[in-house]
This record gives sequence, structure tokens and C-alpha cells, in this order.
Amino acid sequence: MSETEADKDKSQLRQKRMIADHFAALARAKAEGKKVVYTFVPGNVTELLGALELLPVLPEINALQSGMRKKSAGYIAEAEKSGHSEDVCTYVKCDLGMLKSGNFGPTGEKLPEPDLLLLSYTGCFTFMKWFELLKQEYDCPVVMLHVPYQTDGVISADMRKYIVDQLEREVIPALEKVAGKKLDREELSRRLALSARAEEDLVAVWESARHKPSPIDGYFGGVYYVGPIFSSFRGSEDAALYYQELRAEIEERVRLGKGPVTPDGDMGEEKYRLVVEGPPNWTSFYDFWRMFSREGATVVASTYTRVGGLYDNGFRHDPKKPLESLADYCLGCYTNLGLPTRLDLLERYIKDYAADGFLINSVKSCNSFSVGQLLMLRKLEERTGVPGGFIESDLVDPRYFGKANIENRVQSFLQVLAARKKSGGGPLPTREKRVALPIVGGGS
Amino acid sequence: MSDPASSVVSRAAALVEDRTLPAVRAWKEAHPDGLVVGYLPIYVPRPLIEAMGALPVAVFGGGDAIDIIRGDSYFQSYICHIPRSTVELGLCGDLDALDAVLFPSICDVIRNLGGMWRMLFPDKLSLYVDLPQNFDMAVGGKFYVHEMQRIAGELVKRGAKPLEPEALRQAIARENTRRAAIAELDLLRRTEPWRVKASEAYLVIRAGATLPAAEHEAMVREFLAAVRQREARPVDNVRVVLVGSFCEQPPFDLIRALERSGCDIVDDDFQLGLRMIDGDIPGDDDPIEALSRAYLERGRDTASRYIGDLVKGAGLIGRVKASHADGVIFAAASFCDPALLDQPMLEHALTKAGVPHTSFKFAENTGQFQVIREQAGAFSDAVKLWGAAS
Repeated sequence: MSETEADKDKSQLRQKRMIADHFAALARAKAEGKKVVYTFVPGNVTELLGALELLPVLPEINALQSGMRKKSAGYIAEAEKSGHSEDVCTYVKCDLGMLKSGNFGPTGEKLPEPDLLLLSYTGCFTFMKWFELLKQEYDCPVVMLHVPYQTDGVISADMRKYIVDQLEREVIPALEKVAGKKLDREELSRRLALSARAEEDLVAVWESARHKPSPIDGYFGGVYYVGPIFSSFRGSEDAALYYQELRAEIEERVRLGKGPVTPDGDMGEEKYRLVVEGPPNWTSFYDFWRMFSREGATVVASTYTRVGGLYDNGFRHDPKKPLESLADYCLGCYTNLGLPTRLDLLERYIKDYAADGFLINSVKSCNSFSVGQLLMLRKLEERTGVPGGFIESDLVDPRYFGKANIENRVQSFLQVLAARKKSGGGPLPTREKRVALPIVGGGS
Repeated sequence: MSDPASSVVSRAAALVEDRTLPAVRAWKEAHPDGLVVGYLPIYVPRPLIEAMGALPVAVFGGGDAIDIIRGDSYFQSYICHIPRSTVELGLCGDLDALDAVLFPSICDVIRNLGGMWRMLFPDKLSLYVDLPQNFDMAVGGKFYVHEMQRIAGELVKRGAKPLEPEALRQAIARENTRRAAIAELDLLRRTEPWRVKASEAYLVIRAGATLPAAEHEAMVREFLAAVRQREARPVDNVRVVLVGSFCEQPPFDLIRALERSGCDIVDDDFQLGLRMIDGDIPGDDDPIEALSRAYLERGRDTASRYIGDLVKGAGLIGRVKASHADGVIFAAASFCDPALLDQPMLEHALTKAGVPHTSFKFAENTGQFQVIREQAGAFSDAVKLWGAAS
């Protein structure tokens, strides 16, 4: 991103301030008698927490920030030393290692212990084990919100009711008990209205990528855009203002015909438009981004940026149906969708955003994303006639980010796209018959 | 004197080893209108399927019996083995007899495999079974009843008989008697492990994967009667509980290797689905509600089931005590998230309770057992000599 404060857009400065304020509030929480709830990104019910003045902590965010701050390797080693398998999710191990190392957050301040663990079981089985593990470490209650899986891409009345019943009978009473007060339903609705405003603006930002050149990078840049809405700020005035400002800034970029901001400033010529499936690697995030931005490759849409909420299918939080819309939000998170639905969405992105190719970054830690991606690769190529690339890395374990291998792979993939552009495209040979795009791992 | 159990064990082994599902094909010939419904581990409500005139068939992957050629090309190296061999079996036609496959909510891999199955075999019915993680009958129980009704509705669309309460009551009763027979076998293993080896019991129970409940019950009872006639004397082995193998199954020879290393496996979670519910399911007025309640209130604790307010490891320690075991062996499949994430918590609980334990990982097609045998042997010796392994 931009190097100096002066270079930063208004929205960036606001986001930076929001994050700093939140961690400062967490650091003061115990002294001020504020209650803290640990919860997860997908299927979070942040508006409920906000309405009860509870402060959220998101362990995945801590883990990814540890990855970006180059601390995850040590934390993972710490967890593995204490008996955690090398086979399992590195977000979990990074979080446990951070806990064992003093639980210092990204600002260097100690994170407060939770007063409640709110286990939103949405799209990822590992979440359940993660909080069972944390339950061993903290003397606090756990409340579970089990979100059924949307196998068919359809939300049934039974699914919705199951979630609403859990919210009414278990989650809200548990939150009220910790907060020491009753939920103000009007305040909840007010926050949901703010969420819907932010969601509307975020979708406009996503859809700006239909322009050529795209004014945004919907994956590397996109992870910044989803920061407020995925984490502790959905339903706040700050978040609504952030997305209003971001939208205006992006619309200005469209007007000026600018491409996205990259780690090296504004991107030059847009040579390739890509759709990306799978989370990014956080330990070498900027190196990874530059592999694309320096080659003129822009990601016009990605699925990772829908993992904490899928809004470009039309869903918005509804202040008139607060609990029902929280249920629908949880059900609609990307990894809670069946593989055929995920495939449909990717196909739509490739077509709607006129992508030249799609890339799957398959991360070792996340079976929820990864299982089925090799089949998705084949099916997407068949359906769209657009070439796919496949690389392997990990979320926060640097042992699984082989920079040279991945860079080589990305460059080969982009060369294929360049050759296709030069030759005017044409049908793809079936993957079984091709040798040009072997599936190789990026691990070292 | 010949072994009185050899005949039934041979029949069981033949059923387990023939991956082309001969018993299922025979059943289908005898029931041309009946559906065959496969299911992945751990648990689905089998009586629901039988009540609809269908045959539930447990699918445990290909074990060590097949070479994985196409299946590997669908999975990254860091995914466990059972989905690879299951896809391989599907692609090479060995599972053609299955009209539908159920994928229960055990982990992200099995769940996503269900989505893959839809794409790979669009003509076959593929259904996800969302087992509740909320154990309040008015919330999770109600959801599970609806889930079973949804599954029943989908099976009817494929030609199964509509679900009738009386048929379901009878199917539950048949399942109860089958589980009672398995419980009797489990009890015998705990009280006289020298009379019945875990490996034999494994085969006899696993043979039930492809049999109707009543036929399987008869086989288990035949085996029980036969082993009781054996002339057997106690052996000075270490008694162990084995956990972690509830989904992907270890190679049969690995179980034998553990036995040869001096361990009597007196309790385990192999093919847990058949033993998922403790005790009989009552023949309530509303049998589908009874199935739901049984799962919620008497489902066995395992890694894919939310622990709630219970104490992690308490169930395992209870089983160690009930079986008078000397120690615990953790045998999890490589890359099995539920088992491997659960393991440190269980190990902690065992250590705190002073129960010796050891662990290793396997894949269903692991071919070398020497290291595991030596490890289990050392564990067994340590327990015998000092009463603790470490």
C-alpha cells in the first residue's frame, strides 16, 4: 500500500484509526469493566455484540496478523512442541502459540482474556475444535451457534428457524448474561441498517471491477476492503462511513481511468484480469501480491473476500427481520456453500468480470476451501473455456510458501494467458491431454 | 481341534475384502425395487433407510486393497486418504450398486466430498446429512427431525418407499437387537479378550456394513456362540483402548500388528457408526423423534461431536475404567483434522488421570507396520514393567 500517511486515502486512514481504537479499547477492557467475546469471522454476529457493548476478538485475524508480522513460524513451533500435529490448521496452532507466548496482539498490547467464547460454527469444522481447545485454556463459558450447511444453495425455512431458535434460546441469553443487560432490539435493528448501508457500498466497490481497467484488486486489495465488515466493525457508524468513503474513492479512480493501488503505488497497464479462489498466504503477502501486480495482473473478483459474507448475490442485513437476516447472513458465507454452488459463483465471476484466467491458491490449512478445488479447476475450465492455474501454499506457515516455485508457477500461468491473448483464444484442450499446465505444489 | 469360529470369520472376511459389494448386489437382485444407500462415516440413522425398504451400506474407502490412480488427481497431498480411495472406487465402478450416497457432517473433507460426488456422478443421489451440534431437543432435535424428513423425501423421489411410522419402529427394533449383539461382543472382548481378538471382532462387525441389520445380528450371534466354545486361556497382554480411527480405517494388518505386539484392544472406535448410540432406542409413539432424541442424548462422544459443557476426555477415561484398560493408543489417520485436533486435549486428560498413552498415525493403505509394532511393543512393555509408558 502507499508509503506515507499523506499518500493514504481517507478510507485507509479511517480503517487504520478504527483498528487502533479497537485494540486500544481491548487493552483497556478489563480496567474499564468491558466484556470481551472471542468469535470467528464467518458467521459472526457482530451487530448483536455491538448492541450489547461487547468487544469482539477474532482469533483468525490475530493469526493472519501474526503471519504478516512474521511471528507465526515461532507460534506454530510453540504449538507443535506442545503436542499439536503438523497436519492440522496453522491458524489454530498460530493462535495457541500466541496464547502460550503471552497473547500479545498486533499493536504489541496484551489481548484480554475472553469472558465468553462465541463459537459460530459456519462452513468450517475446525472452528469447533479450535474453541474446544481454547476452552481448556480459559475459565469462561462457551456458546455454540451451529449453522447448517447450504448444500443446495438454498436456504430452507428449517435451517433459518434452527439458527433463530439458537439465537433466541441460547446465544442471546448467554451474551446478555456476560453483558449484564438485556438486548436492546431497536439498537440491534439500527446496527443492522448500518450494516446494510455498508454492504450496499461494498458491492458497488466489487462491481467496479467490471470496468477496464479495474480500479480495484479484488483479492490482495480486497482483503483490506473487507477488513471492517468481516471483523469487529460491521453495524457501526465508522464502518458505514468507511464504505461510503471507499466507494467514492473507487468511483473517482474509475472516472480517472486508474487501475488498482498496489504495494508499489498505482498499477500500470492492466494486462490480465484474473479470478482467484482460495485464501491468500499471509507470511509473504506482499511478495505474493507483487508476483501479480508487477506483471500487470489484476484480480477482478475472489472468493476469499466472500468468506465473511456474500453480498453480491443480493443479500443485505434487514433491520425489520433482525434475527432472520443474521441467520441468512451466516448461512450465506462462502465456505458454507456446497461445491456446486461455489462453482456457479466462480463461473459467474469469470464471465461477469471478463476474466482472462482463474487461479486457485490451495492452502494446506483449510480443508473447507481446499477439498474439491482440483475438480473445480477442471469443471471451471470446461464451463468457461478460460484457463485455470493451481498453486499450493498455506495461510500462516512459512514452511509451505516456496516463493521461487510459486513465482515460477504464476509466471508460467501468465505466459499461457499472454499466448492465448496473442493467438485470439480458442477452445482449451481437456486437462488430461495437456502438459502445459501441470499441477505442482509451491511448498518448499 | 479346529476353531469353531473359523467359518463365520471367513465369511465376514470375504464380505469385507470384496470391494465389489457382492452381498449388496445379491440384495438388489432379491429386491429389484429397493434402493441401495451408501453412507460415509461416522453415523447416519440406518433404521430410517431400512424402514424405507432400502439397504444402508457403509462406505469405508478402499483400504489397502486398491491402487489409487485417478482418485489422487482430485486431492492435494495434504488431504487424508479415504476420499481418494472412495473416488477411485466410484470412478472404477465398484460403487455402481449404490443408488444414493449420504455424506454425514463429520468434517470438511467428507462434507466437500459430497459436493464432489454430485459433480462426478450427477445421475446418483448425493445427500449431506447435517447432524445437529445443538443438543436441546426443542432446537437441535427439531432440526434433526426435519433433516431426516428431508432425506426421506429425497429417497422417495428416487423410488424408496414412503416413510411409515410402523416400518420405522420395526427398523429401530431390528437395529436395537443388532446393537445389543454388538454390545455383547464388546463385553466379551472386555471380559475375556483372550477368547476373541479385536481383529476378528473387527471383521465380524465390519461385515455388517453391507448387510441388513437382522442378517448382521445373526452373524454376530453366530460368532459369539462359536467363540464361547473355544478353548482359550488368559494371556498376559496389556489391555488398551484404541481411539482415533472412527472414520478412515487402519489396514487390517495394522490391527493384527498391534495384537502381536502384546496389546489386547479391549475397546475402540473403529467403524463407530454402528455403536454411536448407547443403549436401546425406545419404540416411542413418534419413532423419528426417538431417533433424534437418541442421537442427541445418547450419542457417543467423538471428535466430530461438539463437547458442549461436558469435560473433554471424561468419556474416554470412563471407557478406560469400564474396560479395565491399562492404557490408550491414539491411532489417527494422517491429516484427519477431527482426530488430530482432539488428540492433545484427550492426551492432557489422560496424563492428568495417570493413564499411560502413546500415539501414531496411519493411512488406510499403510504397508509397513514394523515401526508401529515396535512402538506398541515398547508401550506394552513399559506399562507392564512400570505401569506407565513415560
